[in-house]
Amino acid sequence: MQADLPGNQHEWLDDDAGPVVRPYTLTGGRVRTTADGFDLVAYVLAKPDPDLAAFPELHPEHRLLVELAGSGTPVVELAADLDLAVGVVRVLLDDLLCRGLVAVHQPPRATYLPDNDILKAVVDGLRAL
Amino acid sequence: MDSVRYDRERRGHRVPIALKILIAGGFGAGKTTLVSALSEVRPLQTEEILTGAGVDTDDISGVETKSTTTVAMDFGRITINEDLQLYLFGTPGQDRFWFLWDELAFGALGAVVLADTRRLADCFPSIDYFEQRGIPFVVGVNCFDDSRRFSLQAVRRALDLNPDVPMVLCDARDRQSGKTVLISLVEHVARQRGEPVPAA
Repeated sequence: MQADLPGNQHEWLDDDAGPVVRPYTLTGGRVRTTADGFDLVAYVLAKPDPDLAAFPELHPEHRLLVELAGSGTPVVELAADLDLAVGVVRVLLDDLLCRGLVAVHQPPRATYLPDNDILKAVVDGLRAL
Repeated sequence: MDSVRYDRERRGHRVPIALKILIAGGFGAGKTTLVSALSEVRPLQTEEILTGAGVDTDDISGVETKSTTTVAMDFGRITINEDLQLYLFGTPGQDRFWFLWDELAFGALGAVVLADTRRLADCFPSIDYFEQRGIPFVVGVNCFDDSRRFSLQAVRRALDLNPDVPMVLCDARDRQSGKTVLISLVEHVARQRGEPVPAA
């Protein structure tokens, strides 16, 4: 079996591995972002009236992201709306962040959350549903 | 990084807080059903690309490459109020997607482990995962029509659960029932933090 051979992970990058590569074509092959943010539920908020014409290098997907993030949208919803993998959306968002076209609002970490008002609001909200 | 900030007010635009809750359990335990029952929108789906992190532990024999290069994530949303939203994420069922679990679990408020009494052992890995990482969880015993009814006590013994971990009988198809499970999770989190939420 292939699995016993050293370096078998390269099996994933053979001639049939098109789908592995394809999603990142849009990002020019980049798979990592410079910012370590972009939690799945981080809110992305586009700059008001962004001057996208000043950035001819941006893809249509970048422009769509700016549009979708106009009123603040979590990363995972942007990915679902664009029908792109989250990893790809993160790279695109990083491009926008570097150009100052969006701001990212990280969710509070669980450790910052002994805010019992929030927990109480969640329970009250759920009870009222 | 400076440009990635935790601030909630910007140009007068108030950004809501989004809390993550994981819905875990074995394959077929009703995770997607529960997310669908609870979500205010049609459950959404996105995908994550299978990276090297998943490749090492992956047994690709007999699996078509095309279907293993990405992994789908189901998620749903519940708006509590204009400042607060819950996001429910169904965890991928297969063990080889643990790397995705880490991402989902990062910063999560807690988790619901759905147990199917016909295949109780299927939820052991989920329970181990949350126990080891100290992530608060509750066990929802999904009552399938054709499943034998076990007492909660018997299920708790079989799962070797810490006595503090709440167990709730539920029907994953039913919104009210699902709500009860989520409430018991949030109350459990509050209790663990030493400030229980007052009863209704």
